[in-house]
Amino acid sequence: MKAAVIVFPGSNCDRDVAVSLEKSMGQKPLMLWHRTTEVPADLDLIVVPGGFSYGDYLRSGAMAAHSPVMQEVKERAAKGVRVLGICNGFQILTEAGLLPGALMRNRDLKFICRDVHLTVERTDTDFTRGYAKGQVIRVPVAHHDGNYFADDSLLERIEGNGQVAFRYASANGEVSEASNINGSRNNIAGVFNEAGTVLGMMPHPERLADPQLGGIDGKPLFDSLVEALCK
Amino acid sequence: MKAKVHVTLKNGVLDPQGKAIQHALGSLGYEGVNDVRQGKFIELDLAETDPAKAKAAVEAMCKQLLANTVIENYSIEIIA
Repeated sequence: MKAAVIVFPGSNCDRDVAVSLEKSMGQKPLMLWHRTTEVPADLDLIVVPGGFSYGDYLRSGAMAAHSPVMQEVKERAAKGVRVLGICNGFQILTEAGLLPGALMRNRDLKFICRDVHLTVERTDTDFTRGYAKGQVIRVPVAHHDGNYFADDSLLERIEGNGQVAFRYASANGEVSEASNINGSRNNIAGVFNEAGTVLGMMPHPERLADPQLGGIDGKPLFDSLVEALCK
Repeated sequence: MKAKVHVTLKNGVLDPQGKAIQHALGSLGYEGVNDVRQGKFIELDLAETDPAKAKAAVEAMCKQLLANTVIENYSIEIIA
């Protein structure tokens, strides 16, 4: 399996996600600078990591979505290469049009940095096959713009297609307004594209993927990808 | 030639910052502010001298970068 992590000016979770990938894959992923247009042909997975790409100027992810490497990412995604966007990476993928909806300022206008609980909505994808149906996982969030928005018709389509990957929930898995940390529509914390080959999520699985970090609920996501993509 | 671009959130999209400004105005004693919508103002200085071409170019800029049309509307004013 061959994976790459994109690095933008202002990325700050690129190394963490590389460590998590290496632990699951047994080898280091490539680190690709945002200016490159030379992306190896045989990549199985591209990760767009968290951070504050280009200072989050204009809108979070807006500048990064038009960087040279993203044109390559779009072309690979169209060919079915798996793409994972975490936090700022999720914002970038929505701005690039690879995922539906948009991420807006948190409802309470505060930066939220803490562990949250998520329900796993799908376990039949390459990203989530390592989880159990309906499993509640604990993963950290750290974002200012994580308020997922889709208008009524788009929301209906996303829900109808089963594109919701994770929802903000209580520790016992109750999805309600009380567990909706940032105002996201339908408590959405992560979405797939229609084909289920691109995933964007605000929580950081790479930050709880090692017992020494206090939890491993993020690890099955990377293990799932390795299991699915190792030929 | 200059272009002035206003980017605002679409109707039906909650504007938490606008709400916070509205509350702040209320606590300062300004009553009767029914709603506040916050947006962005972007001023562009363009080499183009033809207003129609300038407007078309800025329109493309808005669609591609300046606005996120999932959540935002934009309006363009060309000033010769």
